[in-house]
Amino acid sequence: MTITLSDSAASHVRKFIDRRGKGVGLRLAVKTSGCSGLAYALEFADDAIPDDLSFESKGVTVFVDPKSLTFLDGTELDFVREGLNEGFKFNNPNVKDKCGCGESFKV
Amino acid sequence: MALLQIAEPGFAAAPHQHRLAIGIDLGTTNSLVASVISGEARVLRDEAGRALLPSVVRYHAAGAQAVGCVAQDMQSADPHNTIVSVKRFMGRRLADIRDAARQPYRFVDTPGMVSLDTAAGVKTPIEVSAEILRALRQRAEAAVDGDLAGAVITVPAYFDDAQRQATKDAARLAGLTVLRLLNEPTAAAIAYGLDNAAQGVFAIYDLGGGTFDISILKLARGVFEVLATSGDAALGGDDFDRAIVDWLCALLGLGDLGAHDMRLVLTEARRAKEALSGKIEVRITAVLSTGRAIDVPLTRKTFANLSRELIARSLKAVRKALRDACLGAAEIDGVVLVGGATRMVAVRDAVRELFRREPLTDLDPEQVVAMGAAMQANVLAGNKAADGEWLLLDVSPLSLGLETMGGLAEKIIPRNSTIPTARAQDFTTFKDGQTALALHVVQGERELVADCRSLARLTLRGIPPMVAGVPRIRVTFQIDADGLLSVTAREQTSGVEAHIEVKPSYGISDQQIAGMLQESCGSAEADMQMRMLREAQVEARRLLDATSAALHEDGDWLLEQVERLHIEAAMHALGEVLETGGADSLKPLKASASALNHATGEFAARRMNASVQRALTGHKLDELAA
Ligand SMILES: Nc1ncnc2c1ncn2[C@@H]1O[C@H](COP(=O)(O)OP(=O)(O)O)[C@@H](O)[C@H]1O
Ligand SMILES: [Mg+2]
Repeated sequence: MTITLSDSAASHVRKFIDRRGKGVGLRLAVKTSGCSGLAYALEFADDAIPDDLSFESKGVTVFVDPKSLTFLDGTELDFVREGLNEGFKFNNPNVKDKCGCGESFKV
Repeated sequence: MALLQIAEPGFAAAPHQHRLAIGIDLGTTNSLVASVISGEARVLRDEAGRALLPSVVRYHAAGAQAVGCVAQDMQSADPHNTIVSVKRFMGRRLADIRDAARQPYRFVDTPGMVSLDTAAGVKTPIEVSAEILRALRQRAEAAVDGDLAGAVITVPAYFDDAQRQATKDAARLAGLTVLRLLNEPTAAAIAYGLDNAAQGVFAIYDLGGGTFDISILKLARGVFEVLATSGDAALGGDDFDRAIVDWLCALLGLGDLGAHDMRLVLTEARRAKEALSGKIEVRITAVLSTGRAIDVPLTRKTFANLSRELIARSLKAVRKALRDACLGAAEIDGVVLVGGATRMVAVRDAVRELFRREPLTDLDPEQVVAMGAAMQANVLAGNKAADGEWLLLDVSPLSLGLETMGGLAEKIIPRNSTIPTARAQDFTTFKDGQTALALHVVQGERELVADCRSLARLTLRGIPPMVAGVPRIRVTFQIDADGLLSVTAREQTSGVEAHIEVKPSYGISDQQIAGMLQESCGSAEADMQMRMLREAQVEARRLLDATSAALHEDGDWLLEQVERLHIEAAMHALGEVLETGGADSLKPLKASASALNHATGEFAARRMNASVQRALTGHKLDELAA
C-alpha cells in the first residue's frame, strides 16, 4: 500500500502549504460522481482524521481514507505544466478507463 | 486534460444517507404505493387497512375533491364529476379516445391533451392523476414518517412519450421526485425475484382494469433484456364489465342507458365478474332510475362465453410478442400473472393452455407491480450498495458527448453504457475573462462533430471573469432509465448553473443507429488522424492566444528584449504552420508548438511567481500598477 509524490509535486505541495500558512498535509480521496464514475478529490488537510491512513513522501504527509485507498493504491501524484497551465495529475495504475479530462474514471 | 488544484478541506460531497423511496403503481383502476422497509417490499395501507386506492377522483363544486373509495362510492350518483380510469386519457387527444361517446364525462377538446369539465372547473388528466398520486404520497409519508427521496412510478410498456411525460408531470404536480418510470411487467418480474434466477425467459401477462400488456423478458447474468412487448392499450377488466352490460342490455331489451344508470349497471357487472372468480354463479341486481328492477343470474360458463373474444384478443397479442422474440410458447421458463383481472378463471385457463404450464400467482396480482417498483426505487435511491445489484435494464445505443474546440466530439457517455447513468467531466474557459460557455451536445460514434448528430445546445452564463483555465465547469450528463438525457453545467466556484433536458433517441430509428455505427467503424482510422490534427491545431491556437495575451499583460516587465523576440519568433513559426499546413501538417505543427512551449517556459514560471505575489500582496501591486 503506497502513495507517492513526484519531486515536482512534493515541492509544489510544500510550497502551497507554506504559503497557505497552515495544514498538516494533503488529503487524497476518490468520490463517486454520478452512479458510475469516480472522481479525484485533492484537498489540504488541516488535521488527521482517525480512520485515515497516512503516507510520507518527500516531506509531505498524504492522508487517504481506507475506502479511497483501494482505488488509489500505487498512485503517484505528479505536478506538470501543460501549455501555460500548471497543476496536479494522478498517475493511477488502477484506472482502466478514463474520460478525456482525466478527472472521472473507472477501475 | 484538466489539471487539479488543491481544494480547501470539506469540499467533498456528503456521504450517502438512507433515503426513503417508494414505488407507485398508478393503475387505471387501482393505485398502490409500496416501500422497502427493513429490507422487505411492503404495500402501504391507509388508516382503514386498505392497500388499493381506487384511481377515482371526484370534484365538488367548491373546488374540493375526494380521492379513492369515497369518490368511488359517488360514481353512480355523480358520474359527470367522478373521474374513473383517467389513465386512459393521459397524453391523449379527444380524437384518440375511441369510446368517448360512451363515457359519462364532459370532454373538452383542449389542444395537446383532452380535458374534462367538472363541477370544480376544467381539469386535465394530469391534474386528476396528480390527485391520486398526492393521496398516495400522503399515505406514504404517514407510514414511513418522513420526507421521501423519490418515487418509481410504473407505466404500461405500451405508453408512448406523451403518456410517459404526462405521468411524470402528474408526479411533479403531486410534489414527488420521479426516480424513474418503470414498465409494469418489469416491475412484476423484479417483485417475483426473477432477477435472482441465473437466467431464463419469462412472459409477464398483465391484465388490469384498462390495459393489457404482454412482455417477454430475458434474464442473463442479472440483466433484464426486454425481448418483446405487445399488448392492447384498450383491453382490460373494464371491457369484461362492458361485455356483461351489453349482454344484459340485449337480454332485457334495455335501450340507451343514461350516464347514471350506465354507471350503476357497470358497477353491478364488475361486482358479478369479480364474484365469479370464486363462485360458479352470481345474481346481478339493480334498480334503474326508471324504477325498473333488474335481477338476472350469470353463470361462470355464460361469462366465459362473453369473455371469449376479449381473452382471444389478449392471446393474439401474446402470440405476436412470442413471434417478435422468435420464441415458441414452450421456450418460456415462467409466466407471471399481473393485474386484478387475471383472477378470472377463464383467463387463467387460457394462459395455462397457451403456455402449457402453471402460471406464477403466489404474489397478489394486484400488488406485484407496486412491490417491484418499491424494490427498484430502493436501489435507485442509493440504499443498496453498488455491489453489482444494479438492475441493468437498458443500454444507451450511441455515445453521447460534447463538441470541444475544433469541432471534435468528446464522448462523455460511451455507447452501450447501461442506463440509468451519470458521468461528469470538467471543462474550463479558453479565453481570459470569458463569462459564458456554449455547450453543444452530440450523439454518435464519429470523432468530428460534423459527422455526429446534434442533440441540443446550452449556454452557461454568468461565469465570473477569471484567467483562462481557472474556472472549473463541471458538465454532468445524466441519462435516466426512461432514456431522457439531461445535461447540467455548473461552474464550481460561483455555483452558476445551466441545465437542459434532451431526448436522445427521439427521432432516430434503430436502422439509423446501425448506419451511424457502421460508418464510424469504417472510418475510425481516418477519424483518428483527423482528430489528432484538429487537436494539435486547437492546442496551437490556444498556445498562440495565451502567449500573446501573456506578452501583452506581463511581457514588458517580466521579459528582456531578446527573450521577447525569441518568443515572438517561435510564435511566428507556429502561426505559419497553422496557416499553411495541410492535412499532413501534424508533425511540423507539433514540433513548432513544442518549440514555442519551450521558449515560454521561463516566462510561464515568472508569471506564476508574479501571480502568487499578486495574490499575497494584491492590494499593493494594484496601486503600483496604477
Ligand atoms: N376477483 C377478481 N376477479 C376478476 N376480476 C377482478 C377481481 N378483482 C379485481 N378484478 C378486476 O381487476 C381489474 C383491476 O385490476 P388492477 O390490476 O387493479 O387494474 P389496473 O392495473 O388497471 O389498475 C378490474 O377490472 C377489476 O374488476
Ligand atoms: Mg396494473
